[in-house]
Amino acid sequence: MHGKTKLLWEIFITFLKIGPVTFGGGYAMIPLIEREVVTTKKWLKTEDVADVFAISESVPGAIGINSATFIGYRIAGVWGAVTAMIGILIPTFLIVIGLSISYLYFNDNPKVEAAFKGIRPAIVALITFAGYKIGQMAILDKTTFITAAVTIVILLSSPLHPAFMIIIGGFFGVILVKMKENLGYNVL
Amino acid sequence: MLLWEIFRTFVIIGTVSFGGGYAMIPVIEQEVTAHGWMTTSEFTDIIAIAGMSPGPIATNSAIFVGFKTAGIGGAIVAALGMILPSLTIILFISFFFTKANKHKIVQSAFYGLRPVIVGLIIYAAIKFGISNELFHSFSFQTLASLCIFLGALLALIKYKIHPAIVIVFSGIIGAVLY
Repeated sequence: MHGKTKLLWEIFITFLKIGPVTFGGGYAMIPLIEREVVTTKKWLKTEDVADVFAISESVPGAIGINSATFIGYRIAGVWGAVTAMIGILIPTFLIVIGLSISYLYFNDNPKVEAAFKGIRPAIVALITFAGYKIGQMAILDKTTFITAAVTIVILLSSPLHPAFMIIIGGFFGVILVKMKENLGYNVL
Repeated sequence: MLLWEIFRTFVIIGTVSFGGGYAMIPVIEQEVTAHGWMTTSEFTDIIAIAGMSPGPIATNSAIFVGFKTAGIGGAIVAALGMILPSLTIILFISFFFTKANKHKIVQSAFYGLRPVIVGLIIYAAIKFGISNELFHSFSFQTLASLCIFLGALLALIKYKIHPAIVIVFSGIIGAVLY
């Protein structure tokens, strides 16, 4: 294989191996990506990678996939980005398809149904936990607390699309920070 | 066409998926129930499976929704729909700025966006709690569900048990109990 193709293949294999071991979403991927890319392959330096993780959080999408895409770009440009993204996605894609088939197949089994009856309240707990964790870094003052509370009330009482609320939130933040600064508060 | 509809839906979801997978749960739920692809209760099971799989929970749920609605083709277009907006934005940022996250406007936007995401996730928890009859009339199942809910929350917050383990363990309790 030629240099560039060989590099892309190596990127693909590296991220392919990271995918299946990343239970628990993006934040679990970060130390693994860092070890492979910085320590093993020496493609990038630690500070480059730290920077990538910070940007990945401010871009829509899963932080693990985003980080892989950014790092792929830094190593080998646009094709590096695409290769890394596909590499990290393929194993989880296949695992999810496998689990979907088993779920649709065993769905009617009374024991499986009973298990899911037990799992459903745990999922509600899992979602509550995610809200609690993000709340710890998002609820910084009274303004952010009220914003979160108002969001819940609006979503519960109106048919407004949740996606719409996210976009409003972004605009709202920019306006709020401007207003607070004009009033002489230091927010950020 | 169904595949196009799935793709279009997940492109929109992928574009607004700020703040991690759990914020996307109410967005995906809204879309799949509005399209009549599945009920909120069925979607809860999907989150359970997505949470037990490796990888990001939002992308995993998208793949499952696509698969259940339109087979393997549906799964592929759902995954592509979720990742295309990220890929486009990442390439755009990589071309033009290297430190977009340090821009003041981005930081201010996130000052308002993050609490909205917290609100969105709590809303999802309330909605899923209601549709899974967690706050239903008093019965053995409601009581058992409440115990599992509180036990799982305690395990996650206080003892920092891995979510995948919490899901598997509560599944075992369910199988024994019901």
